[in-house]
Amino acid sequence: MEVLDIVLFALFAFTVVFFGSFIGNYLYKIYDGKKTFLDPIISPIENMFFRISGINTEKSQSFKEYTLSMMVFNIFGIFILFIILFFQSSFLFNPQNFPNLSWHLALNTAISFVTNTNWQSYGGESTMSYFSQMVGLSIHNFLSAATGAAIAVALMRGLTGRGIGNFYVDMTKTTLRLLLPLSIIYAIFLLSQGVIQNLSSYIDVTTIEGVKQTLAMGPVASQEAIKMLGTNGGGFFNANSAHPFENPNELTNFVQIFSIFLIPIALLFAYGKFAGNRREGIAILASMALLFALTLGGTYYAESQGNSMLTSLGVANGPSMEGKEVRFSLGASSLFATVTTAASCGAVNSMHDSYSPLAGGVLMLQMMVGEVIFGGVGAGFYGMMIYALLSMFMIGLMVGKTPMYLGKKIEAYEIKAVIIALLLPSAAILGFSAIAANCADGLAGLNNAGPHGLSEILYAYTSAAGNNGSAFAGLTANTPFYNVTLAIAMFIGRFGVIIPMIAIAASMSNKKTYALSSGSVKSDNMTFTIFLAVTVLILGALTFLPALTFTAIAEHVLMLSGKLF
Amino acid sequence: MFKELKKSVLLFSGLTLICSVAYPFTMNMIGEYAFADQAKGSLVYEGKTVVGSTLIAQNFTKAYYFHPRPSAAGTNGYDGTSSGGSNYGYTSQKLHDAVKARVEAYRSENNLSSAQKVPMDAVTTSGSGLDPHISVMNAMIQAKRIAASRGIEETQVIKLLRENIQKPYWGIIGEEKVNVFNLNLILDREFGKVKI
Repeated sequence: MEVLDIVLFALFAFTVVFFGSFIGNYLYKIYDGKKTFLDPIISPIENMFFRISGINTEKSQSFKEYTLSMMVFNIFGIFILFIILFFQSSFLFNPQNFPNLSWHLALNTAISFVTNTNWQSYGGESTMSYFSQMVGLSIHNFLSAATGAAIAVALMRGLTGRGIGNFYVDMTKTTLRLLLPLSIIYAIFLLSQGVIQNLSSYIDVTTIEGVKQTLAMGPVASQEAIKMLGTNGGGFFNANSAHPFENPNELTNFVQIFSIFLIPIALLFAYGKFAGNRREGIAILASMALLFALTLGGTYYAESQGNSMLTSLGVANGPSMEGKEVRFSLGASSLFATVTTAASCGAVNSMHDSYSPLAGGVLMLQMMVGEVIFGGVGAGFYGMMIYALLSMFMIGLMVGKTPMYLGKKIEAYEIKAVIIALLLPSAAILGFSAIAANCADGLAGLNNAGPHGLSEILYAYTSAAGNNGSAFAGLTANTPFYNVTLAIAMFIGRFGVIIPMIAIAASMSNKKTYALSSGSVKSDNMTFTIFLAVTVLILGALTFLPALTFTAIAEHVLMLSGKLF
Repeated sequence: MFKELKKSVLLFSGLTLICSVAYPFTMNMIGEYAFADQAKGSLVYEGKTVVGSTLIAQNFTKAYYFHPRPSAAGTNGYDGTSSGGSNYGYTSQKLHDAVKARVEAYRSENNLSSAQKVPMDAVTTSGSGLDPHISVMNAMIQAKRIAASRGIEETQVIKLLRENIQKPYWGIIGEEKVNVFNLNLILDREFGKVKI
């Protein structure tokens, strides 16, 4: 193991937790309505928005009201984005004169960006006008992250006995008080490092050897910042954060990895504040960190083994560089890949399709368990709460006590909601993969043969249902079959989890809180941390081990025997 | 339902104006005034023509230049409007065949024996297809060919190469590497353009 890679991992862990705790405190203040330093600038704008739109900021919404607001807002977002993409050529800022998108690509992309997935069936620089990128897509980088955060906060409030709050208020606050200010600082940093930001047409270059090369341009820095902070991951360019204009050097790479985990970690600290006990948040953070240490170790180890097929051809020993950039070390590439699939970000700085079979399997497993290892903005928190409630329920049954979490009873209603949220995405992943693997439309898109081809299909639906958005990018997904089925998987994976979570939040908020006695099962200690991590692993393994056996594990075994496809 | 839609439409419009119009245009202005070079793509000019960007790989095939990594961007590689990798997995026959051909080409270009190992980055395509860097080892091997075709000493090329190695940030983040485009510009500046 390279020493510098270990230093990188340690530096990453330290900085992200350090800054996460600060932002967490700030987030708690925002959501609890306390004064913050941005009030003088933001409050007047916010109040104007709420007044004009007729939003009652005082009253907490019920389950039905909250769900209705959230769904209407999101479906309207899908509709507008569809219109912008489907009629792209009618709008401004289209110097390359890109045509309208097909109905299925527009539909897929609209659902993709609104659900915080940012799956891309297209190549950005060869498909999207600047207007589509800047106005159409990137607004959802803000709003989908803010929606996730709002749901997480509603759940925090519900679990700690408060009213769940108002969707519009929390969503707007997250956007204007957290995402936008951080994005501004971030974009300026990226600009200083060489990330481009302009509206000019593509530049024709006469290379030193006298050949023509055209360089794609665009307003990248502003979009890049929120792409990472909001765990969106939809690249301006096809190569995403592997593209030097999106991620020019090691420093921007470090900050990009850092910024994926920043808000998910901050939300855990905010949760500790809501619960009135920091250790409630830290216990969950520790559980995620434990799982993350395992997956990072797995990815890094598998990648460091290299590809013996290449070395047998006379290539020097070392990790495979197919799909990787020289400016990112093995540690920097593995860390990025593990973080982006742990959180539901989906940005990539190296091509996951070219990763070793086992590393690819680890990346998939992280998405399969529901993006709960830190997870997306908000989505990681409420996703992990599915497992937390399930864990407490199981512990309660095992020791013969009424299952409770934070002094509130977990009853049939909550467990039903938990099971729905757990089963829907899993069913979407396995169901759609099975269909795609068994029809001509599904098989037509493959770039690799053998078990790796099946991996491409499985990865696609896993990424979609987990709202991740990264891909085994060899798969040609811009076909009616893939665009439509992936869009359905993304929709189920997002709202099939969110709505049960709002139901749990609202139901818990109305329940009596019992004082903890010495005999109660606690959720702020090491036992709970480990139990939670094990629950995630066991449920994930039970559901997906067969699928992983036919893909990653089969490919690994065949690779060891020197088989090529 | 209609009331809810009205709320959504108004709030959505307001937030769009701030986050998707005011924010990116402000960044455009900051880019234009404070980071003009970076915001436009770190372009390099010779006279009035743009010869490339220091961040984007371009193809070099001549023996007297350092060669970049192979590229899978676009049909012919190094396509600045179609970034991307090969996306071949570990067990791909196509990857095997491509690397095999590249290993042979690299050995014959640089006059290596068939026992000598070829650097990994020299025969694999990057994720972006526009990776502007190569490893120091890869550059060192190419130095001999470049010196021979330019009629200069190998030590001169190696000296220049060593001076232009990019070091890790603060000694800890990153690895040593060289930027092919920059290095070739410096080669031409130091030893003159090769007349054909």
